[in-house]
Amino acid sequence: MAQNGPGDAYVEFQHVQKSYDGVSLVVKDLNLSIGKGEFLTMLGPSGSGKTTCLMMLAGFETATNGEILLDKRPINQVPPHKRGIGMVFQNYALFPHMTVGENLSFPLEVRGMGKDERETKVKRALDMVQMGNFINRRPAQLSGGQQQRIALARALVFDPALVLMDEPLGALDKQLREHMQFEIKHLHENLGITVVYVTHDQGEALTMSDRVAVFNDGRIQQLASPADLYERPENSFVAQFIGENNKLPGTIEELNGDKALVRLATGELIDATAVNVKEKRQKTLVSIRPERVEFKPSMMPEGAHTLDAEVIEVIYMGDILRAVLRVAGSDDFVMKMRNTLGQTRLAPGEKIKVGWHPLDARALDPM
Amino acid sequence: MAEAATTLLTTSDGRPLKAALATAQARAKRRAFLLVLPLLLFVLLTFLIPIGYMLKRSFEHDGFSASAPGLSAWFAQNPGFDPANPPEEAYAALVSDLALMQKEKTTGMAGTRINYTVPGTISLFKAGARAAKDLQPPYKDALLAVDPEWGMPRLWRAMEAASSPYTTEFYQVATDRKLGDDGWGRGADQDRIYLFLFFKTFLVSGAITLICLLLAFPVAHLLAVLPMSKSSLLMILVLLPFWTSLLVRTTAWIALLQEQGIVNDLLVWMGLLSNDNRLQAMYNMTGTIVAMTHVLLPFMILPLYSVMRVIPPSYARAARSLGATSWTTFRRIYVPQTLPGIAAGSLLVFILAVGYYITPALVGGADGQLISNLISFHMAKSNWSLAAALAAMLLAAILVLYWLYDRLIGIDRLKLG
Repeated sequence: MAQNGPGDAYVEFQHVQKSYDGVSLVVKDLNLSIGKGEFLTMLGPSGSGKTTCLMMLAGFETATNGEILLDKRPINQVPPHKRGIGMVFQNYALFPHMTVGENLSFPLEVRGMGKDERETKVKRALDMVQMGNFINRRPAQLSGGQQQRIALARALVFDPALVLMDEPLGALDKQLREHMQFEIKHLHENLGITVVYVTHDQGEALTMSDRVAVFNDGRIQQLASPADLYERPENSFVAQFIGENNKLPGTIEELNGDKALVRLATGELIDATAVNVKEKRQKTLVSIRPERVEFKPSMMPEGAHTLDAEVIEVIYMGDILRAVLRVAGSDDFVMKMRNTLGQTRLAPGEKIKVGWHPLDARALDPM
Repeated sequence: MAEAATTLLTTSDGRPLKAALATAQARAKRRAFLLVLPLLLFVLLTFLIPIGYMLKRSFEHDGFSASAPGLSAWFAQNPGFDPANPPEEAYAALVSDLALMQKEKTTGMAGTRINYTVPGTISLFKAGARAAKDLQPPYKDALLAVDPEWGMPRLWRAMEAASSPYTTEFYQVATDRKLGDDGWGRGADQDRIYLFLFFKTFLVSGAITLICLLLAFPVAHLLAVLPMSKSSLLMILVLLPFWTSLLVRTTAWIALLQEQGIVNDLLVWMGLLSNDNRLQAMYNMTGTIVAMTHVLLPFMILPLYSVMRVIPPSYARAARSLGATSWTTFRRIYVPQTLPGIAAGSLLVFILAVGYYITPALVGGADGQLISNLISFHMAKSNWSLAAALAAMLLAAILVLYWLYDRLIGIDRLKLG
């Protein structure tokens, strides 16, 4: 994984702000550096500013304030066609009046490359995405997945060091999308290119990225590796946005370093890890992943606080069993259990006790 | 599956499935046909039948054959006669026919028919008909004594051709050929007006189409990319003249461009022109081109707009990100995608311009007349057959263009809005 030192930043956003109407900011003070060869994903709900950031990097939008550096060169004044950045668009944007070969040849032609060299490169790029036999087809004759491959090949054919992808898999069905995720990932690894990927699909972000920048409300909420993001969310938004999460509201009873004792609204005490709470009697939201919730006493750590729970329903999902519980006054506490041979089958109405390792319960800001 | 394909399927009440399907669809088809029937009748009565009648008129004229039965019969019996020296029987038949014309008052019709191919023969026929009943044999000498022009070989050729109601002579005239003593030949250069006017009409229409395209392209692009509120305003500016009467718009151009008009007055007032050196921009070809360009502009803007509106901006972005300058992007990505609109607009404007009548008639003066004005001129002079022949040639030319367009671009790519 590429490191984020100031020396090897390939793309750098410095205090970038963007406003469309002069009244509100879509991007608020963005600072981000992307290492060479890194696969960085900008993840966020729509309207969070992630696509705007990508468009500013591509040169289709101008930054209202701040500086964007590409390979240590400020590029605010560089027009898009001189940036040499490959881009894959959401709807592929394959030129409908050109064949696949002409589409791929286009970026090479505008660079004044000779015919023989063009043909070699086009062929190589098509082989890279296993589309060598489709050179004479028109985009309209291809399926969505095939068009996606061609769009990818076209963005790579002129050997850009940086490739931007704007929700490239959004229009594909689930199976094809997962397949393409791995292909893009492998292309990234084999070619050593830097990729900036925009998506609102968290699964995609976690699968593919070296690091993920979670956007909300024009700011990066957390910039971390997928594992850190999932296991150690730094605020409630990230905890809610990435994966499924149980939230238990409460107040800090005791605070000792990063160990916190939280009194829930219904009076019970639980152990948690303090993340962004600073003082006693502060309101907090404790977040626990459903798959880290335990109900067998043997699996719980010594002396851990437990909560009474009542099973509301159990949903059979194949690989896992998903139980919805009533815990501390809320009806939407979820627990996930592996569907193993010896797994205890819970029935609705059953009373159990649930607990967790204090490291898995994260006391976050109350939102 | 294979079994189902071989056994004959029936509906639940036992009828064969195919027959049931045909009955069900026949009803739907009949209803659909009834819906289009009123329009079909309307088009048939007001459009196709008149065009067919016009085409017929361009081949048919019985002005002479009906009023000169004797001579017509003689021509039919003597197909190989010498027009330079017709025999006595021919003259005898002619004199008796002339006497008949005088009695039936059909001299004018017969004379007019011959006059198409041999100009100046109406008076000849009138004088001949008046004298006919007093003439004594030998008729040849007697008629030549009335007027020696009765011996002209081309007159006899013309009468022979006119003895049948069906003829291609109007097309000969319409293509600037002239009947001489030795038969049809190329006319004198100063008389060759029709083909030249056809050529001029096509050239002017081409120029107007090109100017329209150059003016309409940026407007249509702006319409397609502006936000809704602004583009609606611009669209109204495009449509307002479109909704205004053609006559009003053309007259407005007269007010603007004539010698004592607003534009000239302004230029003189600003000192850019001297008063005795005013621009001649009206009642000539300039006036025709300016006014027609303005009148036909919406027909170019609207098809272009309808095509440009659906071109996603991501194509241009993709091209830019691939390294193309804005000019290359425009030329190689944008323009090719607007081709259906360009083709539709150009075809529409060109075909409309080729047949345009009112504007050139009002602002064209002597120099800015097009072929339709000449057709109208012949119609006003009751030369229906010649007008029909010219119009049929225009129709044929447009059909050829349409065919070429279909071959080159494909009519299915036409987008009119």
